[in-house]
Amino acid sequence: MIANPVFVTVTACVIGFLALCTVIGLVLARNVSTPAARDTVANLNARIRSWWGIVFVFGAALLFGRVVTLVLFAILSFLAFREFMSLTPTRAGDHRSLFLSFFVVVPVQYWLIGIDWYGLFSIFIPVYVFLLFPALSAMAGDTRDFLARNAKLQWGLMLTVFAISHAPALLLLEFSGYGLPSALLLLYLMIVVQISDVFQYVFGKLFGRTRLSPAISPSKTVEGLVGGGLSAVLIGAALSGITPFSPLQAAAMSGVIVIGGFFGGFVLSAIKRDLGVKDWGRMIEGHGGILDRMDSVSFASPLFFHLTRYYFAT
Amino acid sequence: MKSALRFGLLGVVRLLAGAHADWQGCAPQRRQRIYYANHTSHFDTLVIVAALPAELRSETHPVAALDYWGASALRRFIAVECLNAVLIDRSGQSSADPLQAPAALLARGHSLILFPEGTRGTDGDVGRFRSGLYNLTQRFPQAELVPVYLDNPRRVMPKGSFLIVPLICTARFGAPLTPDLSEDREQFLLRARSALMALADPRRSPEPVVPAAT
Repeated sequence: MIANPVFVTVTACVIGFLALCTVIGLVLARNVSTPAARDTVANLNARIRSWWGIVFVFGAALLFGRVVTLVLFAILSFLAFREFMSLTPTRAGDHRSLFLSFFVVVPVQYWLIGIDWYGLFSIFIPVYVFLLFPALSAMAGDTRDFLARNAKLQWGLMLTVFAISHAPALLLLEFSGYGLPSALLLLYLMIVVQISDVFQYVFGKLFGRTRLSPAISPSKTVEGLVGGGLSAVLIGAALSGITPFSPLQAAAMSGVIVIGGFFGGFVLSAIKRDLGVKDWGRMIEGHGGILDRMDSVSFASPLFFHLTRYYFAT
Repeated sequence: MKSALRFGLLGVVRLLAGAHADWQGCAPQRRQRIYYANHTSHFDTLVIVAALPAELRSETHPVAALDYWGASALRRFIAVECLNAVLIDRSGQSSADPLQAPAALLARGHSLILFPEGTRGTDGDVGRFRSGLYNLTQRFPQAELVPVYLDNPRRVMPKGSFLIVPLICTARFGAPLTPDLSEDREQFLLRARSALMALADPRRSPEPVVPAAT
């Protein structure tokens, strides 16, 4: 991987881009005067600092290969599921299911990718865990909020474990005439999702006028969505060289990733409003929790994985 | 050695259960206080000590049950040496006042962490307060009474289970109770209990929070 010229070029671009952002952030910090603007710039710089961390972690994972990548995503799922369940009330009767979710379901789901067992990977949580957990809850004998409790647990697992695991599952796919490691496809997905998030935030801050849905997310604007989405599609098309897609196909795929990612953030914001919190956690400076960064990944990954698998994989 | 063990233990607690401190009604100050919290899990004591800033820990002592924390050499070591706990006999069999040791610490100007329900409740309910909190406040009116609502320890390790589920716990510190000399014991305990329950977030608590009967 380290000798792969495409990987080196993309990594250099990402690091260069981030370095540029860091410089811009420093310049902005010196030139703002109003307290509101200072807060915005401080938040922006905190986000940029976190991005350096994210880039280093992902870069290391991709460099060191499949096992490290799977372990990294398993940890991300573990932490995201933890953030989700910490804010979602359950009762003592769910204790065994929660314990199994953390220490069996998460590792097994990623282990199945590691051993190339696509069939079980795609039904393990939606079929086996789906049936097992309500059975365990029923055996605990507590019927209070039974349906709601089980629904929350299943939702949490589908979103933070099943859906997110589709991103590294891209490593399972093989393509004829592609010739590059499929880890680059994972890199592609992460770049397009996160570029879309970042540019929606930037365009929203600069030009945002029309709020999309004030009840759910005060910071999401039509201008931000269109500007950020189009930028991500352009960058996605420009990166078609690291994918098995033609530039036009890459633009369409990026469009799917942008729309999926947008609704991921939107739906998880609705859940946050319902639970009465602003962020999922406090792990990443400026970003909130892991799930605040992975919300768009959870919706975009399964869509991108299945479209790629259906139309391009051999 | 001891401080390294304490550091390690509290590090493990934070890794497993987050133990975030949310100072809503007061700041983490170095003054004499009686923190009182809801009790749902053996994890409570660990979470609340881990949530306190390090500089407050040496002079803040959780009051823990002798029959659990004194039951083995390991538990006693964790409680007394790592958590700075003071163990009390809640069986009622000994003739001595169980609150003697905690009172002696207050007399030296130290702070306490108390679980006034006396025993662990199930599924998020805050039980009736025992009178120990009232007696200590009467004797040490200068100590600030700070309610602390612990969110999630019961889900990390509920009563009757040994499996630890790594959910994120929060300790929500409320505003100190204002002293009211006209109150009798029952009124005081009810007021202290409602101040604690007001810190629970009804959207995230598993059952509707029933206001205390007056």
